[in-house]
Amino acid sequence: MTAPLRVGILVFPGSNCDRDCHYAVTEVLGAKADFIWHKEPTLPQVDAVIIPGGFSYGDYLRTGAIARFSPVMGAVTRFAEAGGLVLGICNGFQILLEAGLLPGAMLRNRSLSFICKDIHVQVENPKTPFTSRCRPGQVLTLPIAHGEGNYYADQAALSTLKARNQVVFRYCTEDGKVTPAANPNGSLDNIAGIVNDAGNILGMMPHPERCADALLGNEDGRLILLSLLDAIKSGQRSPKPVLAS
Amino acid sequence: MKAKVSVTLKRGILDPQGQAVLHALSSLGYPGVKDVRMGKLIELELATNDRAGAEAEVKAMCERLLANTIIEEYRIELME
Repeated sequence: MTAPLRVGILVFPGSNCDRDCHYAVTEVLGAKADFIWHKEPTLPQVDAVIIPGGFSYGDYLRTGAIARFSPVMGAVTRFAEAGGLVLGICNGFQILLEAGLLPGAMLRNRSLSFICKDIHVQVENPKTPFTSRCRPGQVLTLPIAHGEGNYYADQAALSTLKARNQVVFRYCTEDGKVTPAANPNGSLDNIAGIVNDAGNILGMMPHPERCADALLGNEDGRLILLSLLDAIKSGQRSPKPVLAS
Repeated sequence: MKAKVSVTLKRGILDPQGQAVLHALSSLGYPGVKDVRMGKLIELELATNDRAGAEAEVKAMCERLLANTIIEEYRIELME
């Protein structure tokens, strides 16, 4: 018998979606989850890591800029390099960008407003470990809640992202049209989520954990979290325990 | 010695804060302002008087933490 699936959820000072992620993974999806304090230099035996949303270190300097130097991020980097699955949501996405685990950077929302509402994204790439339950082009309704989600990459980085199919989600209208009006924050090319070249690290601004429970009236986020659990089950677990370097 | 580091968004990258201030100045009756760029000023007090060493160290700090060079540029000013 195999051990139950375990998801590690990082906790930084200022994380505020860690418990929502824990609830979605355990209560809604029935997997195991452990909180991992940011001071930990190593990861416990986990099959995937979620970097949750929030305001790590109060967003001081730049979003994610200080969190990326927390001891746990060294362990996450080694885990990801060994093929481990990493999902960064909102502030988690910002931390992955600052850490250089994903290309690009975040700018302040074009409107300068903090935006907290449901938006629509189109699934551009359903062949990732995070989107395998989605149909190509499927439109998902997901909540966003951020002040700095205006994704930027230079032309060379954007060309690479597109050529390698690394753009996973793009903001769109309810009927799946990717238009400037459907772009809530000014993101380059309506980008809402990307994966790294190897495909095992996803960063996304919308919050799947906030819409995984039927009680909340929207379950589109389940598709992403269930895809992640499917990927773990099908053998994309971390290939070996990740030890301190 | 002291170091002043100013960090601004690179030219060509939209600065929404700067745009908001530009519009505010324009509506206050200053139509002559052509552009506004916002940034951060970071003051460091250093335990050294070695100018060359300080400059190299502050530059490394900028590259590693103080600026995100994908979107920002920085300028270092050293004072005795």
